[in-house]
Amino acid sequence: MIPEIGHYALILALCVAVVQGSLPIYGAAVGNSALMAVAKPAARGQFLLVLLAFCCLGYAFAEKDFSVLYVAATSNSQLPLQYRLAAIWGAHEGSLLLWMFILSIWMVAVSFFSTHLPEAMRARILGVMGLVSVGFLLFMLTVSNPFERLIPAALDGRDLNPLLQDPGMVIHPPMLYMGYVGFSVAFAFAIAALLGGNLDAAWARWSRPWTTVAWCFLTVGVAMGSGWAYYELGWGGWWFWDPVENASFMPWLAGTALMHSLAVTDKRGGFKAWSVLLAIMAFSLSLLGTFLVRSGVLTSVHAFATDPKRGLFILVFLAVVIGGSLVLYAWRAPRVGLGGGFAIISREGMLLANNVLLIAALGSVLLGTLYPLFLDALDLGKISVGPPYFDTVFLPLMTPAIFLMGIGPLAQWKQASLPALAIRLRWAFGVSLVTAVAVPWLMGQWTPLISLGLLLAFWILATILVDLRERLLQAEGGSIGGRVVALPHAYWGMVLAHCGVAVFILGVTMVKGFEVERDVRMNVGETATLGGYSFRFDGTQQVNGPNYVAARGTFHVSRDGHEVTMMYPEKRRYFVQNQTMTEAAISPGLLRDLYVSLGEPIEGGAWSVRLYHKPFIDWIWGGCLVMALGGVLAVSDRRYRLAWRRKEAAVPAATQMARPTVS
Amino acid sequence: MTPRQKRFVLIGLGLVALAVASMLVLNAFQSNLVFFFTPTQVANAEVPTGRGFRIGGMVENSSLTREGDGLTVHFVVTDMAKRVPVTFKGILPDLFKEGKGVVAQGQLGADGTFIASEVLAKHDENYMPPEAADALAKAKAAGAQSSNTLIVNPR
Repeated sequence: MIPEIGHYALILALCVAVVQGSLPIYGAAVGNSALMAVAKPAARGQFLLVLLAFCCLGYAFAEKDFSVLYVAATSNSQLPLQYRLAAIWGAHEGSLLLWMFILSIWMVAVSFFSTHLPEAMRARILGVMGLVSVGFLLFMLTVSNPFERLIPAALDGRDLNPLLQDPGMVIHPPMLYMGYVGFSVAFAFAIAALLGGNLDAAWARWSRPWTTVAWCFLTVGVAMGSGWAYYELGWGGWWFWDPVENASFMPWLAGTALMHSLAVTDKRGGFKAWSVLLAIMAFSLSLLGTFLVRSGVLTSVHAFATDPKRGLFILVFLAVVIGGSLVLYAWRAPRVGLGGGFAIISREGMLLANNVLLIAALGSVLLGTLYPLFLDALDLGKISVGPPYFDTVFLPLMTPAIFLMGIGPLAQWKQASLPALAIRLRWAFGVSLVTAVAVPWLMGQWTPLISLGLLLAFWILATILVDLRERLLQAEGGSIGGRVVALPHAYWGMVLAHCGVAVFILGVTMVKGFEVERDVRMNVGETATLGGYSFRFDGTQQVNGPNYVAARGTFHVSRDGHEVTMMYPEKRRYFVQNQTMTEAAISPGLLRDLYVSLGEPIEGGAWSVRLYHKPFIDWIWGGCLVMALGGVLAVSDRRYRLAWRRKEAAVPAATQMARPTVS
Repeated sequence: MTPRQKRFVLIGLGLVALAVASMLVLNAFQSNLVFFFTPTQVANAEVPTGRGFRIGGMVENSSLTREGDGLTVHFVVTDMAKRVPVTFKGILPDLFKEGKGVVAQGQLGADGTFIASEVLAKHDENYMPPEAADALAKAKAAGAQSSNTLIVNPR
């Protein structure tokens, strides 16, 4: 009965979504405010219905209702409750419901935080989001219904893939989807502005905080996926350039470009058409990512049974969304005008270059991800594109982007002077260059790549310091504390996010440059040495988990005769699917991670063992977290809140700031 | 500079950057493509020499042997028509099993042994990597003998 209620709620949600996607947009076109007013209650009603459906599925999982096909396929009576609930998004159907649920959360958020928007704009935004949800609800109800019954009911479920039975798995997909789906708001803002023809600086200011929040979620989501791969797959890598990872990285690149382009549109009125295009791109790539990961096109832990009907539906849906919005763009964008002009050497110019580089990087990832799929689809042979390709392409594209990232915030809008910039930044460059050369040399291993990585990281930090000093000297507010407070949150957010990039680069450089990996055979009592640490293997013993049995190894780690830690890696066998799983033991640290994973048992209690010493690896995820925090700080800026409060006043002020448009 | 000239410089710079980037990307792309071959193709010498590629198929039953160092393993990948011996030094992935699908990346040695640098088995218990499934299907379609006779019939 409960699953039927969920199913019924989804059908009702579809009806509401159809209303929400048609009446308000029509109302906005003809200026009928009664029709436009439908948008808000429709969005909230839809949220309640999808919430109901979501709870119904959760209930079916919690109560082990194996007469629901999806529950039987992805959970098991031995599975602990938290993983049964996480199994809601453990496979295709449920993750679509999660997608839909998160879309409805964003819709409700828009309906609450859009009181400052003109009514027509709000109606169009919610209308466009309603249309997106029509697509997803139709998809679920026609070819991928999570509430489908299994008659007769299964005695027990097929269990969740053991790789996914992990705390990281509980939060990673919702985070990632908050990011993916969050770009639907930026997309809806862009489409609404195209429809209404009011693509101006005010539009950019409204859409900036939404974009940044979505980007923060996506950053955390991608970082968590990478962390999960690090500790759960047992290979010790943090990024494999796997198509699934690329699918989440591409919207991130587009979203990063969009944030920076929106900054120009907001402050200077430029890049309008480009910002709209990026918003369309970011959301399309999010859809593509969902499609790639969840349709079974890609072979990995994320992919499940392939159903050609589903593939066809998603392809058509993608074609409608991307094609439709691009047609609208081609029709409307030429009227938008160019905004303020600027010199090549200016902040706009540098942000433009940064955008071009980000999009070039995005294009190269897209090529490497999709080309093998195309060849395969056309039956022209099977190929794969390895990590070396991505590494080779990324370094030369990102190096200039990061170099510009240091200069950009110091350059004036409209026109900057290159010699003046050089004088302001000569110390920053000198200091970072010397440090970058000296540090690896002092650490006893100098390679050009390590130095380049360090140079980029120190360059970001040094330029931030120069910029901070200049701004604090200029700021009003007397004491240092007062001046710090006087600088806007948006500025501090940018500083923090850029610091996050530096921390990230430091982590990547140190890991790539100094990590040590060893695969060894170890007898009981034998000691292996790695990166100054001694690992003594004290044998394994059997451990029983709730739904698995494990061989747990004991490793005694010491350094210079002092005990550092004990490590307990496991080799688990999960009963239901009879699947073996490596559970690595990690001893995390600010400056290094120690990583031990068990390979296979060899005769006489000996095991093949994988030992890693990974300096600074936690900085990689730490950097991402700092980036996301920077985003949060930027969103809390007063100017966005002011814009919310002062409904009408914000609009003329913003248009005055922008140069008159050429239309 | 007049605005017109400025625009030309800007567009020119953009085009140059685009050209450099595309060259870079396509060059790296060319040299990092990894092609996939079936054991039959390996046996027919259709594979490139001196360049890495991937093979896929089934790990032949009871073909897995381990050297004394505990790390070097030998096994045979088959598409039920032809067999390719594989050597790999390192720790095999969790899902590697005899009688299951596998994909390996590496180079063909002079003696016809495939020296794997990486063994991929990122699939679950009931799932065959598409490459491996494809290799089996192709060999079958080519009219090869049925599987049973081959496994009891080593070279």
